[in-house]
This record gives sequence, C-alpha cells and structure tokens, in this order.
Amino acid sequence: MGFLTAGIVQTALEVGLIYSLIALSLFISFSILDICDLSTDGCYTLGCAVGAVFTIAGHPILGIVMAMLAGAASGFVTALLQTVFGVPSILAGIIVNTGLYTINLAVMGFSSNLSIFGTATVFSLFEGENPSPFWHEWSPLFLLGILVAIICILLHWFLGTRLGLSIRATGDSSPMVRASSINPHVMIITGLCISNSLTGLAGSLIGQYNKMSDINLGTGMVTIALASLIIGETLFGRGKMMLRIIGVVIGAVLYRFIMAIALRLNVPTEAFKLVSAIIVAIAIAAPAAKRLLSFYMKKWTAVRTRKAKL
Amino acid sequence: MLKISNISKTFNPGTINEKVALNKVNLELDDGDFATIVGSNGAGKSTLFNAIAGSFITDEGSIELDGRDITFEKEHKRSRYIGRLFQDPMMGTAPHMTIEENLSVAYLRASEEKLSLFGRLAQDFTRVTKKEREEFREKLSLLHMSLEDRMDSPVGLLSGGQRQALTLLMATVVTPRLLLLDEHTAALDPATAAKVLELTKKIVSENHITCLMVTHNMNQALELGNRTLMMDGGHIVFDVKGEERSRMTVDDLLEKFAQNAGQELDNDRILLSTEKGEKA
Repeated sequence: MGFLTAGIVQTALEVGLIYSLIALSLFISFSILDICDLSTDGCYTLGCAVGAVFTIAGHPILGIVMAMLAGAASGFVTALLQTVFGVPSILAGIIVNTGLYTINLAVMGFSSNLSIFGTATVFSLFEGENPSPFWHEWSPLFLLGILVAIICILLHWFLGTRLGLSIRATGDSSPMVRASSINPHVMIITGLCISNSLTGLAGSLIGQYNKMSDINLGTGMVTIALASLIIGETLFGRGKMMLRIIGVVIGAVLYRFIMAIALRLNVPTEAFKLVSAIIVAIAIAAPAAKRLLSFYMKKWTAVRTRKAKL
Repeated sequence: MLKISNISKTFNPGTINEKVALNKVNLELDDGDFATIVGSNGAGKSTLFNAIAGSFITDEGSIELDGRDITFEKEHKRSRYIGRLFQDPMMGTAPHMTIEENLSVAYLRASEEKLSLFGRLAQDFTRVTKKEREEFREKLSLLHMSLEDRMDSPVGLLSGGQRQALTLLMATVVTPRLLLLDEHTAALDPATAAKVLELTKKIVSENHITCLMVTHNMNQALELGNRTLMMDGGHIVFDVKGEERSRMTVDDLLEKFAQNAGQELDNDRILLSTEKGEKA
C-alpha cells in the first residue's frame, strides 16, 4: 500500500459515496427519464449552502432535510419549465442553473463562501457516539455507507412501485405512457424532484464533510457525476435494477479512485476537470469507436484475403 | 356510444402548408359496433383517430363518449377508456421494461377513476401483487406465444408480432369503451399479421368492445366487423352496414372509392392489398 495509503483510500471512498448520490440523481434524470438535467451544478451548491446555513445555526440534521427540499424545489422549477412551459430540457436546466447562482449567493448571505468550523455536523454527532480511536477514524465512512445504502434500497423499492414504473415508462416510451392514462408531465416533475433532492442531499453532506460551503463548489459536477454514472453503466450493463443502482455507486467510487491515483501521479488538481471531461467523452464514444474499428478491421482483412487470392 | 359532431382540424393554418385534415366530420357509433375505415393516404383516418384519442384539440365540433362531452379532455385522461394501437409495434410498449412491468403500467387504468387522492397515492406506492401477477400470466397465455414464461424479459427482446400482441393485451387488459386500431397489423409479416388479427377479433368479440379499425386491405374492410367507412379529403364519404354491406364485393368498394373520391385509385398499397386479398 505504498502507492495508495489508507488515508487516500478512505478519503476516496468517503467522497466517492457522497458523489454517488449525484450520480444516482443523474441515473434518475438521464438514464431513467431520458432527460439531460443540467441544473446539477447549481443544485449541488444550493444543497451545500442550505445545509451549511442550518448547520451554523446548530441544526445539522435539519440542514440535510432542508437541503433535500431545496433540491426538490429546484428540480420542480426545472421540470415545470420543460413540461408545462415547453422549454427544451437542456435549456431549462441551464436557465435554472444560472438563476441558482444568485439564489445560492443569497442563501449564503451574499458572501462567496461560508465556514462551518466549530459547530456540530452530522459527522461529528455520529463520531460522538463512541469514543474509541477506531470509530474516530472510520465513523464518517460508516455514516456515508449506511446513508447511501438506505438511499439505494429506497430508490430500488420506489422504482418498483406503480409510480416508479410509470416514471420509468415515461422515459422509455412516451406514446405508451399517454395510452396508459399516465400524465407524462406529472411523472417528469415527480422524477426531477426526487432526482434533485438527491443532489441537494449530496451538497449538504459535502458541505458538512469539508466544513465549508463555496459558491463555485458545483462547477463541473454534472460532468463528474455523468462520468461516474457511465463508468457504472459500462461495467454493470442494463440488467436488473438493483445491480444498476449498485453499479452507479461503484462507478462513483471508482471515479474517485481514478482521481486519487491521478493525484498520486502528480497530475495537478487544475487538470481534474479536463481529465473527467476526457473520461466522459471516451466512455460515451467507446461503443461507436469500437464499431468503427471493427468495420475497418473487417474491411482490411477482406481486402487482404482478396488480394492474396489474386 | 361515440358521437362525433362536425369536427374539423386544419394543420398549419394561414401558411403555404395549410392542410385541412378533417372537414366537418360526423360519425356515430353504437355500442358494440366494429367499424373498419379505408381511404387513401392523407384522407384523414389517422387524424380522426388522433382527434378521438385527444392528441390535439379539434378546431370546431364536439366529441361525446357515452353521453359525456370529451372534446376538451386531455389525452392521458381519455386513455382511461380509449385503447389504442399504432402501426409501429415499437410505439405501444416500453422496450427496456419487462413484460410484467409493461402490463402493470397498462393495468393502472383499472381503478384510477374511482379513487380519491389519498387512495391514489396509496396505490402509487404499492407494487404488483402476486394475484395480479397470476392474472397477467393467465392473460398472456391466451396469446399462445409463450410470453407467460418470459414475464421478466425486457419487451425490447420480443419480435414485432409479439410486441403488437402484447400491446393489444395492454390496451384491453382493462376493457376499454372504445378501441382504436390504426393499421396495427400493417408492419407485420402475413402469417403474424393474420395471428394478431385473429387475436384482435377474439378479444373484441369476447369483451364486446366498440372498435374502429383503419385498414388498407379491402377484403378486411368488408369482412371484419359490422360496418365500413370510407374517408377522403377529410370527409367520411361512404358509410355502409347491414345487408347492403354483406352484398358488397371488393370491386364494388373500389368503384365506390373512385366514384366518391372523384378520382382514379393511384394508391399502390390499396391495389396491392386488394390483389392479395382476392388471391387469398
């Protein structure tokens, strides 16, 4: 373990688990509803800011709940724009993302960052449950692991209910949904509220984890989450729902490991966004590139055998 | 039962692409009627279906179903009692969901209208019960396609015919008041088309479903159901049933077509399907 120390592995796991919630959020909007929701960046910061304000006021747990509600509200606006008001979905996300910048500043009292040092967070509360040094070191990971597991189980259960099935059908075949007495607008609104509440949850957790909130925290998060999602879906395919959900979480953790390794290889932190952009581009382009490659291989062998016969 | 009065629809009004798709159409269907609709491309058959199903709101006129005015009712609300099948087998099902999941989405129509808001919420958060699963299995076995053994397979893996049969089942799993069939066998190979048509006949007659069916096969148009309609230029130009219909031959129908439309038949599909029909 000379290359990756226990500390690095632990941090990668912890941050990876927090990021997995955003990846799950995109799993709902991008994979299930087939909607490109680009409000993730702003919504993540919103969750962080709301969570931080409540944490500073001494209510870290309430902060998490409020951050989820704030995320759901942001998702509601994005969804309303693209359903009732016919704004193209990508544009709706961008509009909300832009508007959220000001709202996030306002939540943080028009300052570009907030520090929550010195007040109790969910992590310090959970750590206080047991005084042993082992617990001191590993309690954040346990807390995040339990939280993510609960979210995964709830999400899996929800996607199997009639409402969940209707949401999945909305993303899969809209003519079928309209023929089945389901209101697709209501499904998109419900789906995006749930999806963005997970982003808000991730934001509030990262805020309490880093003990600070920053207005630029969310920049590029949508790409990072997409990278995690695609890593997960590439590795685990589109099989059983529980497997897909676990795949997304593992994808997010793997992504953090790739980043940790890059850091150990002295890749400058400024380059991280470029690296994640490249990972996403490669992952999405891979199937097409594979097809192209196999076509040229086939053509090349065919031409060669024909020439050999002559 | 179904009463359509004076409905009209013009697409792109006031532009060079203006198209009067429906022009003061009147139609009354009795309970249990099974009417076939023929007409060349652009005659307004699909537009009529879209108007009935609520894909758009008509420019004028009214649509009544069971004495209730549904002219301004939204499409998803109408789909509680109007079932619909499209020509494209891919349209009626969700490919990445399993057969069982597709059926349970279709089955949502069953109780929605009766429930209060809380009842509906409670229903939204329930999963498919064992009893319903058994019911789905039973209904699937009636298709004789062994789909009941593949309830956990994604629908995307089924063939076009299987998907169309499943769509038929989904549209009728809760018996609709009205069933709209828009050339639902046209994209299938002849053997599969015949099978899906047999199933359609069986399901429609067993459940006494009032039904409208668009077809390009003149033979089918006269053989199936109890009434034949012909559309052209946004009008219903011909409407025949009873004894007059039973005496009609395909040639009579074609002649009527030319006479009413005031033009020669230049539609390859109609001519081809007529030949096919006569050979059969």
